[in-house]
Amino acid sequence: MHNEFKVVEGDFANAGKASSDIKKTLKQLNIDNQKIKKIVVAVYEAEVNAIAHAYGGTIYVDIDQDKIVVVIDDVGPGIPDMDKAMTKGFSTASAKVREMGFGAGMGLPNIKNNVDELEIKTEVGVGTEVKMVVNFQ
Amino acid sequence: MSENFFYHALKIDHKICYGCTLCMRNCPTEAIRVRNGKATIYGNKCVDCGECYKVCPSGAVYVAQDDFDNIYNFKYRVVLMPSVFLGQFSEDIRASQVYSVIKDIGFTHVIEVEAAVMTHTKLTNKYIREHEDKKPLISTFCPAVVRLIQVKFPALVDNLIPIKAPVDFTSIYIRKKLIDEGADPNEIGVFYITPCAAKIAATKSPVGEAKSTVDGVLNMDTMYNMVYKQIKQHKEYDKTVSANDAPSDSILFALTNGEKRLTHCKKSFAIDEIHNVMDFLEKVENDEIEDLDFLELRACDESCAGGILTCGNRFLINDRMTQRARKLADRERNGETSRRKEIHSQEEFLFANSAVAKIMPRSMMVLDDDISIAFEKLTKIKEIAAKLPQTDCNVCGSPSCHALAEDIACDEAKMSDCVFMQRNLEMRNSLKVEESVEIMKKIWGEEKIKDYVLKK
Ligand SMILES: Nc1ncnc2c1ncn2[C@@H]1O[C@H](COP(=O)(O)OP(=O)(O)OP(=O)(O)O)[C@@H](O)[C@H]1O
Ligand code: SF4
Ligand code: SF4
Ligand SMILES: [Mg+2]
Repeated sequence: MHNEFKVVEGDFANAGKASSDIKKTLKQLNIDNQKIKKIVVAVYEAEVNAIAHAYGGTIYVDIDQDKIVVVIDDVGPGIPDMDKAMTKGFSTASAKVREMGFGAGMGLPNIKNNVDELEIKTEVGVGTEVKMVVNFQ
Repeated sequence: MSENFFYHALKIDHKICYGCTLCMRNCPTEAIRVRNGKATIYGNKCVDCGECYKVCPSGAVYVAQDDFDNIYNFKYRVVLMPSVFLGQFSEDIRASQVYSVIKDIGFTHVIEVEAAVMTHTKLTNKYIREHEDKKPLISTFCPAVVRLIQVKFPALVDNLIPIKAPVDFTSIYIRKKLIDEGADPNEIGVFYITPCAAKIAATKSPVGEAKSTVDGVLNMDTMYNMVYKQIKQHKEYDKTVSANDAPSDSILFALTNGEKRLTHCKKSFAIDEIHNVMDFLEKVENDEIEDLDFLELRACDESCAGGILTCGNRFLINDRMTQRARKLADRERNGETSRRKEIHSQEEFLFANSAVAKIMPRSMMVLDDDISIAFEKLTKIKEIAAKLPQTDCNVCGSPSCHALAEDIACDEAKMSDCVFMQRNLEMRNSLKVEESVEIMKKIWGEEKIKDYVLKK
């Protein structure tokens, strides 16, 4: 089952559409509630990153009986130092983003904690692709 | 979904209903369908919020109630009266007069439900203190909210505070008091004046699905009419009866903020009106709000002052209750009345009888327990939904195109129930016009599809 969502730069107000849709689907499939929560948190964080740090992009969601795969593909500055970005508390969030309540540098570490597989492809000046997989079993 | 988990007091009188679809379009849980020209409620989806009752233009949605004469099956006839009931009466009618008149119409004892609030709050605060791990803790006071969480937000079921409502405390207390005074338990009948259908449902099949603490329920509008008539006809009343059951802060418990104000929490919210509650629960479920301690959630706008069985404007009711609390607080300060009431001496006994049975998730969203069947159905829903016109016209008898897609995937409706599909099939000669008419008759009844004669 495939679904796509657009992400618009700076549009914090509409963040969470993808995660809400995913949540409804997973509830219908009777996926464990704790698991749903983890997926929703991870997708939301990655979506906010694309909104806050990049210039927008697309979220691709694929669900089958065993797992969910979510890819957040953005056009943006890319991440020059992955290890740094993955460190708790590291953030380059602008003052504007901080004003919106984001920028604690917890997003990526949080995503890592909540998913079974995380793969980040990034190219400075081009964009970032965050792929995450959560197995249902 | 054949097993019935819940009792419902809200019913639709099919003799009156003419299938206008307003209730179906306004039901927050999509629990209503039109079949044979009449609105029909799916029991396992309905949360008793009363939205359908509020919007019904014909009065077809009604709240079933127990026969008043049932009270005479008992020697001791106790009425549990919520403070909201007193808020129905205009300022010139005193609380003590209402108490007195209730006795005139057949009851032997009257006690205000909110008498138990201080005891209830003490226990709630203790529970909150001891359950850091289950935060945010959610009040179980509004039964419509409890059911909403069971069917739509099952992940939050463990956050519900498993303590009975103040009405149960009051009921348990008064029963014990009468027994201690020598009454035969079988001769005690306890009746509750309810502001809503949700409380009736919760009384008949209580939260956690255990045994009810009351013997019957009286609808607030019916009781209001009885009491008001008596007040108008008999100006005299017994002045020795006093309305002195609950302390000033307790009598506002059922209003918005009433509970929140009494709980010792850093970060808590009081949210009323079912759509607001659903929006907020969505955020809570996503862990979007940090360090949340406690939630007071009520299905009605202005909480119980806006209950569907209250009489009059909810803001006026709220104001009268607030005024009464203010006056009572003055009297407490002047030493004219004490905040300590008799019920407080029974605290230990009430604590010991306060637990509710385990509250189970009753998800109405799960398509099947077996993930592969659920997945199949979901795929089907998406396929069907993509073909439907997305007009949400309701002519199929479902609340939206998406709901019809779900109904079709669950074998509760057919693709040809959609009028757009009918045209499509007729065009391709796969459906005769006569067959379309038959389909429409099934959904809308004979009457609406009769052979009209068009005048030139
Ligand atoms: N999609 C992205 N494009 C460009 N840079 C990114 C992207 N995602 C993350 N980063 C970089 O990695 C840093 C860390 O990201 P992380 O999500 O952990 O924290 P944050 O977004 O700054 O704050 P928080 O997520 O706690 O609100 C960001 O500050 C940013 O520099
Ligand atoms: S009471 Fe509420 S949930 Fe039940 S059918 Fe009416 S509107 Fe729907
Ligand atoms: S808010 Fe009060 S009146 Fe309304 S449904 Fe809940 S308990 Fe009943
Ligand atoms: Mg982030």
